[in-house]
Amino acid sequence: MNLEDLITITDFCKSYQISKAMIVEFKEFGLVNIIENKNTLYMPLTELPKAEKILRLHSELDINLEGIEVITQLLNRMEEMQKEMTRLQNRLRLYE
Amino acid sequence: MEYIDYYKLLGVSKNATEKEIKSAYRKLARKYHPDVNPNDKTAEQKFKEINEANEVLSDPEKRKKYDQYGDQYGKDWQHAEEFEKARKAQGSRRRSQQYAGGFEGQDFGGGDFSDFFDAMFGGGGFSSGGGRQVKFRGQDFNAELRLQLRDAYKTQKQTLTVNGKNIRITIPAGIENGQTIKIAGHGGPGRNGGPKGDLYITFSIENKTDFKRDKNNLYKNVDLDLYTAVLGGELTVTTFDGKAKLKVKPETQNGTTVKLKGKGFPIYKKEGQYGDLFITYTVKTPTKLSAQEKELFKQLVSLKK
Repeated sequence: MNLEDLITITDFCKSYQISKAMIVEFKEFGLVNIIENKNTLYMPLTELPKAEKILRLHSELDINLEGIEVITQLLNRMEEMQKEMTRLQNRLRLYE
Repeated sequence: MEYIDYYKLLGVSKNATEKEIKSAYRKLARKYHPDVNPNDKTAEQKFKEINEANEVLSDPEKRKKYDQYGDQYGKDWQHAEEFEKARKAQGSRRRSQQYAGGFEGQDFGGGDFSDFFDAMFGGGGFSSGGGRQVKFRGQDFNAELRLQLRDAYKTQKQTLTVNGKNIRITIPAGIENGQTIKIAGHGGPGRNGGPKGDLYITFSIENKTDFKRDKNNLYKNVDLDLYTAVLGGELTVTTFDGKAKLKVKPETQNGTTVKLKGKGFPIYKKEGQYGDLFITYTVKTPTKLSAQEKELFKQLVSLKK
């Protein structure tokens, strides 16, 4: 992965005004992916939407990490179900 | 302009304490927050409403003004006029982003206030609590693009105007109804050097043809006259992009389906590969028979006895 596709955890934490410990905790919960390279921690840019969502759920809705983990899993399931629903709706058009 | 009952929106009484308001807002925010209600415009609207209610009721000054004049607004012309002046003095509010070129824009950002709010408090942003504070990467844009099934048959290059900027996009042949494609980096600008958001386009495909589509396969019903069905013969059918000659086997039954390999819909992102076309025969019984024809059918019946 190119360095330009990554953001250092220091920059990330500065932008969001959060502690490094918090982002490490996110990683430990398996909520975001963090890469270590030459003693520096990075986050792939592709993880940013997910990380921002977690921060919003955490700060705006007061949800703890256990709750966010459950919500994330349920949202993923919901997304899969929505895809399945679209697929079924498309199939139903065969009989209309 | 309609009066908005912010207390009712949050489900609290007019003499609710700050703590009660905060708690009611939090509860509703958890229910309607766009992050937990993806692609739900009703929830998004509701979230904006409760944010607006919270913006007013959680701020002692705004709440005081609202309690004093809010319900008079609209009933009392004098107040209305004063508010109107105040509104003009404070400038116009920030409107949600709209897409041009047949797009239906969707704006998840805070700051979309009702006219009632604007008239009372003027434009401006959320101070705290409500809205979405966390932002580094730019906002993702969601849009819907309507296509005809015929347009989805061939790879298309289109120029779209999104927020005043032209974007050239390629729509690969074989795109599905309801499918979403991501155009990276064409969302809102990032903050503090953050990357741009992405543009997500969901396709809504309308089918006005006499073909039915299931993924890469196409289905069509074709009428077959009784004599060809009984004796066999040739039949020319219209395929999606031309014509095909079919050999009809003798004694073909009504409802028989034949497969025309490779005459279906293009396979998404697999250039030159196509699904199949399934033709189902509907055998048409002849009508308005002449006396001679009827006689011949009778002879057929007697032969079978």
